[in-house]
Amino acid sequence: MPTNFNLNGQQATTEADPNSPLLWVIRDELGLKGTKFGCGKAACGACTLHVDGKAVRSCSYPVKFIEGKEVTTIEGLGTPDNLHPVQQAWKEEIVPQCGYCQPGFMMATAAMLKEIPEPTDEDIDNNIVNVCRCGTYYRMRKAIHRASQLSK
Amino acid sequence: MTRHLLVLLPFIALITLATEPPPPAPFDTMMEVLTHKRCMNCHPSGDKPRQGEDSHLHNFNVQRGPANHGVVAVQCGSCHQSENNSYSGVPGAPHWALAPKTMAWEGLSRAEIARMMLDPEKNGGKSLEEIVTHMTEDELVLWAFEPGVDGEGQPREKPPVSEADFKAAVIAWAEAGAVIPDK
Repeated sequence: MPTNFNLNGQQATTEADPNSPLLWVIRDELGLKGTKFGCGKAACGACTLHVDGKAVRSCSYPVKFIEGKEVTTIEGLGTPDNLHPVQQAWKEEIVPQCGYCQPGFMMATAAMLKEIPEPTDEDIDNNIVNVCRCGTYYRMRKAIHRASQLSK
Repeated sequence: MTRHLLVLLPFIALITLATEPPPPAPFDTMMEVLTHKRCMNCHPSGDKPRQGEDSHLHNFNVQRGPANHGVVAVQCGSCHQSENNSYSGVPGAPHWALAPKTMAWEGLSRAEIARMMLDPEKNGGKSLEEIVTHMTEDELVLWAFEPGVDGEGQPREKPPVSEADFKAAVIAWAEAGAVIPDK
């Protein structure tokens, strides 16, 4: 039984087992590799994407729940010619080191900025709880404030 | 010899019956469940849920948020869906959320929890009948009896009372007037 949803503005469908993690469908079946596998336990946040605009850990999201919903991945956040403010800020502040976890952070940040356009450091601490083994948190904090400015 | 044993059997049975403790009162049976970690972890007195068999504060600074569903980028639904996920080990049930702070049970006695539970100003305006329905039919409440596996694939501990015995105890307690013991 196919599952139909909208992926980055395009209609998408999958015949994957209904209990397959959305992450695997996005990466292995639909070929969008920006969303990363980190822990597989919804703990690290590398797999964060948006479902109907809200940040979701896709490694722990069975694809059967995606029917009729809108999914946005890092590939759909902005375009190369029109970067999302979060992507632009990440670039300006040269945030990534290895880069592996960064798409998840950027998707979480984009979700936060929609509801909290001018986050304080405390807002950032409370909302951006993904894990970065390179320890880029300091640069991410600067980039999040910069993204807030760029969004105005 | 056999005849002597047969004569003694009724006496042995009587002694056994006399030494068996009486069955627990419905209130106690109900409270065995409500005070179990599967319930208490999401009835904290603070602004962070607890998790695990040792009821540690939820990892990753997870917060109560303004509506008990987390903060905007870390909502309960960011990880918890409407059913347990045996692949990731993340538990789930419909409307997964923290109990409101008016229903914070952490640190309270059984009697205090029961009084809070029956207080319409704290329980969301529910009558006794609605409380019974909530406890015997709500899918999130009953998740405690099917808590799934953890991140290591190990089954979570269930309350020490079966679902059927819990429901029967809740109903019996309510029908007997929902009496709350002094302590």
